Amino acid sequence: MTNRIYMDNHATTPMDERVLDAMLPYFREKFGNAGSRNHAFGWEAEAAVDHAREQVAALVGAKPKEIIFTSGATESDNLAIKGVVEFYREKGNHIITAPTEHKAILDTCKALERKGLAEVTYLPVDATGLIDLDDLRKAITDKTILISIMHANNEIGTIQPMHEIGKIAKERGVLFHSDATQGVGKLPLDVEAMGIDLMSFSGHKIYGPKGIGGLYVRARNPRVRLSPMIDGGGQERGMRSGTLNVPSVVGLGRACEICHEEMEGENERLLRLREKLRQGMMGELDEVYLNGHPLQRLPGNLNLSFAFVEGESLLMGLKDIAVSSGSACTSATLEPSYVLKALGVGDELAHTSIRFGLGRFNTDDDVERVAARVVAEVRRLREMSPLYEMAKEGIDLKSFNWARD
Amino acid sequence: MAYSDKVLDHYENPRNVGSFDKNAPDVGTGIVGAPECGDVMKLQLKISDEGVIEDARFKTFGCGSAIASSSYVTELVKGKTIDYAYAIKNTHIVEELSLPPVKIHCSVLAEDAIKAAVSDWRRRKGLEAEKDSNVG
Repeated sequence: MTNRIYMDNHATTPMDERVLDAMLPYFREKFGNAGSRNHAFGWEAEAAVDHAREQVAALVGAKPKEIIFTSGATESDNLAIKGVVEFYREKGNHIITAPTEHKAILDTCKALERKGLAEVTYLPVDATGLIDLDDLRKAITDKTILISIMHANNEIGTIQPMHEIGKIAKERGVLFHSDATQGVGKLPLDVEAMGIDLMSFSGHKIYGPKGIGGLYVRARNPRVRLSPMIDGGGQERGMRSGTLNVPSVVGLGRACEICHEEMEGENERLLRLREKLRQGMMGELDEVYLNGHPLQRLPGNLNLSFAFVEGESLLMGLKDIAVSSGSACTSATLEPSYVLKALGVGDELAHTSIRFGLGRFNTDDDVERVAARVVAEVRRLREMSPLYEMAKEGIDLKSFNWARD
Repeated sequence: MAYSDKVLDHYENPRNVGSFDKNAPDVGTGIVGAPECGDVMKLQLKISDEGVIEDARFKTFGCGSAIASSSYVTELVKGKTIDYAYAIKNTHIVEELSLPPVKIHCSVLAEDAIKAAVSDWRRRKGLEAEKDSNVG
């Protein structure tokens, strides 16, 4: 067990012990329902929830009452988009987003399109994954009610120009939602400075528990309204009914607090480790390509395509190392990464892509071991690869006549 | 999705990796698949004039199951006739390697690779193509 290395921190993160410690009392003696207004069990749970709201709000520059707790970023994304579309349906039905968004956004948009409840514009992205601000300006119509652009991409790490998007949204009177799941707690975020009106995030990406997330909903300038997706007891200002998952709320709060305190130092460390990892592989191998923006990128993210070596076979060789791949073979649907496709990365390079996600608990030793193993396995698999052989012989793989599959 | 022991074995200890000279008169070469699909197999057979497969080599760009399928197939055909090889069904490979449904297409590709290699040899010997119209 101890020999395993976890380097897939965009998929999920290990719980920070400090977060677990903060949560445990709320499983044990402090088990009250935060909605029980008439006794101490309820009051102490409520106090814990209030405190967590403050911790979360402090991290993103919001007011505590602007934080709604949900079951995770997927629910937050659904609530933000469907809630806005329904509430503001008299105003318009046009949404602007991008093809590199998480499925929680894309599928939600598709569902609304199918039901005839929204029209969606998908802004193109450039080869590094950035949207073009002029494209955004031109796409806005008098029916546009929501722009949804993620802060930092989970596959390629590219960070979008949030301040500029917020400014355009404000100028045109359109709400700006951001799925900030990968960025919250890792990059400085300020909903005021960035002009963000709605923001989704999740506990398990920031060393907190799974099954908890949040949605920031702006209360002033403008006051954002939502139709709730879940009806019931009216919790969370009527926007999300259901008894709060108090232990997880506490965990999320503590996780945010730790991120807030340690962000700067952690980012420096992650950037150094990431570059060490990158050099450890790109310095030893030829035909390795970086996917995503080289600079405007999550510090812990590295997404590389190793030409001529298919991703799943490489993952198999990295037995005790957890990373992920954009290869079709690794997806349940046998489709290669749609994010890489949107960047214009050809299918053959998409199949060779590996995503490394460094996090709080990765060490120099991890990085050295992973780099060495990747280099060794890529070399071994290239010896077994007909494409590498053909490339070395000078055959142009693009113009080769491939037999029907 | 955990891999079967046999797939892991073929992946870690692949049999017959390598290449023959594709211009040699006794070699049949089949290249199937496409990089865009994430699967390319190159299978080469050294075939005697009597149509017996004396040796085989493979190279594969693809997942562990694809590598295992092609590696297994090179073991399977050595010492057999080209008729036997041409008749190999992908289901045999699926069974041997315990491939899950999502990986069955890897075995189909390996079956195609064998047929392509045999057909190539026949064509280069000036023999008629097999009646099976599966392979171009």
